[in-house]
Amino acid sequence: MGDNPSRSGNHTAGDLDVTPRHARGAGSGVSPSSHEEPPIGGGGALPKKSRFSMETGFRGLSTSAGAMVLVIIVAIAIFLISKAVPAIQADHENFLTYNRWSPNEATPAFGIAVLALGTVLTSIIALVVAVPIAIGIALFLSHYAPRRLATPLGFVIDLLAAVPSVVFGLWGRDLFQEPVRDFSVWLNHYFGWIPIFGGDGPFGQSLMLGGLVLAIMVLPIVTSLSREVFQQTPGMNEEAALALGATKWEMIRTAVLPYGKPGVIAAVMLGLGRALGETIALALTLGITWEISFNLIQTGGNSIAANIANSFNEANDTGRGALIASGLVLFAITLIVNMTARAIIYRRREFRDSAA
Amino acid sequence: MAKRIEASNVSSYYGSFKAIDNVSMTVEPKTITALIGPSGCGKSTFLRSINRMHEVLPNARIEGRLTIDDQNIYDPDVDITAVRRMIGMVFQRPNPFPTMSIYENAVAGLKLNGVKKKSLLDDAAEKSLRSANLWDEVKDRLDRPGAGLSGGQQQRLCIARTIAVEPQVVLMDEPCSALDPISTLAIEDLMFKLKDRFTIIIVTHNMQQAARVSDKTGFFSIDKTGEPGRLIEYDDTQKIFSNPSQKKTEDYITGRFG
Amino acid sequence: MSLLDQEMPEVVMTPDNIRSKKFPLVQNILVAVVAFVVAAVVVLSTGIGNWVLVVVLGGVLYLAGLNFVAGRVEGKRAARNRMWQTAIYTACLLAVLPLASVVWTLISKGAERLDGDFFGSSMANIGARDANGGAYHAIIGTLEQVGIATLIAVPLGVLGAIYLTEYGRGKFATTIRFFVDVMTGIPSIVAGLFVLSFWVLVVSKWFNDGNPQYSGFAASLALTVLMLPTIVRSTEEMLRLVPGPLREGAYALGVPQWKTILNVVLPTAAPGIVTGVMLAIARAAGETAPVLLVAGGLSRINFDPFSGGQSSLALYVYQQAADASKYAPARAWTAALTLVALVLILTIAAKLLARRNKLTR
Repeated sequence: MGDNPSRSGNHTAGDLDVTPRHARGAGSGVSPSSHEEPPIGGGGALPKKSRFSMETGFRGLSTSAGAMVLVIIVAIAIFLISKAVPAIQADHENFLTYNRWSPNEATPAFGIAVLALGTVLTSIIALVVAVPIAIGIALFLSHYAPRRLATPLGFVIDLLAAVPSVVFGLWGRDLFQEPVRDFSVWLNHYFGWIPIFGGDGPFGQSLMLGGLVLAIMVLPIVTSLSREVFQQTPGMNEEAALALGATKWEMIRTAVLPYGKPGVIAAVMLGLGRALGETIALALTLGITWEISFNLIQTGGNSIAANIANSFNEANDTGRGALIASGLVLFAITLIVNMTARAIIYRRREFRDSAA
Repeated sequence: MAKRIEASNVSSYYGSFKAIDNVSMTVEPKTITALIGPSGCGKSTFLRSINRMHEVLPNARIEGRLTIDDQNIYDPDVDITAVRRMIGMVFQRPNPFPTMSIYENAVAGLKLNGVKKKSLLDDAAEKSLRSANLWDEVKDRLDRPGAGLSGGQQQRLCIARTIAVEPQVVLMDEPCSALDPISTLAIEDLMFKLKDRFTIIIVTHNMQQAARVSDKTGFFSIDKTGEPGRLIEYDDTQKIFSNPSQKKTEDYITGRFG
Repeated sequence: MSLLDQEMPEVVMTPDNIRSKKFPLVQNILVAVVAFVVAAVVVLSTGIGNWVLVVVLGGVLYLAGLNFVAGRVEGKRAARNRMWQTAIYTACLLAVLPLASVVWTLISKGAERLDGDFFGSSMANIGARDANGGAYHAIIGTLEQVGIATLIAVPLGVLGAIYLTEYGRGKFATTIRFFVDVMTGIPSIVAGLFVLSFWVLVVSKWFNDGNPQYSGFAASLALTVLMLPTIVRSTEEMLRLVPGPLREGAYALGVPQWKTILNVVLPTAAPGIVTGVMLAIARAAGETAPVLLVAGGLSRINFDPFSGGQSSLALYVYQQAADASKYAPARAWTAALTLVALVLILTIAAKLLARRNKLTR
């Protein structure tokens, strides 16, 4: 595949702007129909299929464009690994289990234990809060709201999915932090005996704040994907349930939810992928500590992506390598999550096609 | 337990569009009534009005009086789910729940009604599948997906699902239009069998089918598109097909129109 | 009497009476009032919380009470139906609150610095005590970076989609389609790290006497990685909607496939493709992390995307948010408002365009 794209690319590129105006421009490509202008009704021998035509050129060009996706994914893996390996080799501690991040010292010592824990905990909080609400909204939009309300509301939800994460981060830090702090103090006062709500403060920029901001961010994605699968529920199945004397909720439980289940699972996985990789919102809302702690409400917490954003400016060569190594871990995790989600969606699509 | 259905001056609307106009008819218990007529004449709309499936569509409403054993099913204090349990419905395309097995499909209505005891469900599944002439074909694979059956079997599974909740009336909306002739015959046989227990109303495009299975036949028609459908003639099937009193009916069944 | 009726008298399978007892509105309101009063008394007398807890506890009590009381009157099933409906409506209300707060804050805080100075000047020579300073350089950066990314990603993405719909068969195409989907989920920070390790730390050295160099172009590359899968996916969907007979009509006239694609298929799908591209642009414009890693975040105006670093609106928001100056938050919020306006205008325009698209209707 190596040199084919560039060669055919030149041909096509040269031709593209000519074609619309006069069909003769197929010049070097010699496509049979445009070249010789055979008499109407044919006559004579059929034109031979040429070995190298515009057709093969264009096909090669688009094939290589498609292959670019694979090239990029492989390149991401290769380049990240090439920068990460030297840094990990220079690491004086275990990269996976050590809980500090000092890669810029003369004896670099760093590990992703705290980061990975924070990444997972914030994402779990986000999903636990966002998924039930998202499914509720999706059902509201697909089955409860009158169309006059559902269309604009769905539109607004889609718009919210487009709001940049830095805005949510800023809002989380400047505004949402205060109510969350109050809530944390309250939780600590009455439920302090549960370890995750324990501690002596200060409270505020905690895993809970980060997780809740993430929840608000993944909510629109999970909602709009779930709404889509709920809307695809075959009307005749819904009618079948209703005709059996089901109430609306029973109809949803018999026909809509089982049908939408794989789609919702995939939506949740995609939301999880988004939450795991979220950088700026967490960099702005987490308190950044290096303790391994399951406490949700004390100031603290950290995540792989947030740490990259926060530590990048002070990083030297090894420091950058260390950050890239942590990014590689994140890449691997999100890749697995996304591939699982996509595999579910693909299986479901095949299932649906074969059933139809 | 079959019941009498009585419609008097029923008109159905979709928003401002009037789909059927002023239909009155009485359906006796334990009979099969066929509704025939050209496409868009409102026979399906009328059928769906009988168990209030009509109003599933937004802005759909009805005027007039529809009673089942003298209870008006459109009274404001009526429980729609009770109406639909009492008046079951089988649809044009077989629609078993795609995520459920054959067994689960058959007992879906019972589970909705809170029946949890396994032995009861098992009994009911067997009984309804037997009634639907399906038991012998599926008894060895009750846990397989219902969607894996053939079209005719799926439709009989849907009938089993409908009669499992023991309704008093069964409505069938062109139940055979998506099926091959052999499956159609199986469904028609089944209808004769079910007639002992249920009042059956069937909408069909197939006039031979109407003539074969029904005791009474109603002929619906429209003057032109956009006009509401009307019940032109309602009488014994034999009379409709041999000696109809209306010119329109005669034109339709002799194939001169529609 | 059926078997069921005999064995389970509480399950009335064949009701002789279709009338139901309706749960009157007055009783409903009564349950609500009782629930909230009880909640208020419990919470305020014991001092375990403020009005927020009253609302939450009252809501929970109301749901439980409603389920119980309505269950007595209407039956269990109708009551459960009512409870879930209430829960679903509550979920909507719950989600609207923070989102409304985001919008309100954006507008109220963002309006403060919405002046000519903000859009006309950069952050060059702005110290911690200076109240002025603007985002001109960042706006330039966003426009140039997103523009270049679009120029790269659109041809590549559209061609890739053409491969998937028109030529791609078999395992290779399936693999590509799968990885396009997977690529949509790559975190933006990973894309940034990729360009950092590939372009900034390796390739850019060749053009800069062996020194790595930040640039707006590097940010464009990272944004390209993020835009590409979105564009491929949406374009592919649009191309699939082009009716087959349209293609066959062209083939039947002896038009070769590549010309059919360029002259018949693409123009038909064009509005949909543009919609997808605009959504991808909107997403890319809001990305902070990759720009942070590879563009350098310059505070003065630099029109050259190929050397010397740049900032972007999203990065500017982040930088100002991290700045200790007491004037920084106002700048951050105004930049955020500008960014959201830009992104939303693009998104809304894209959606309106999609609505007028004949293929998708």
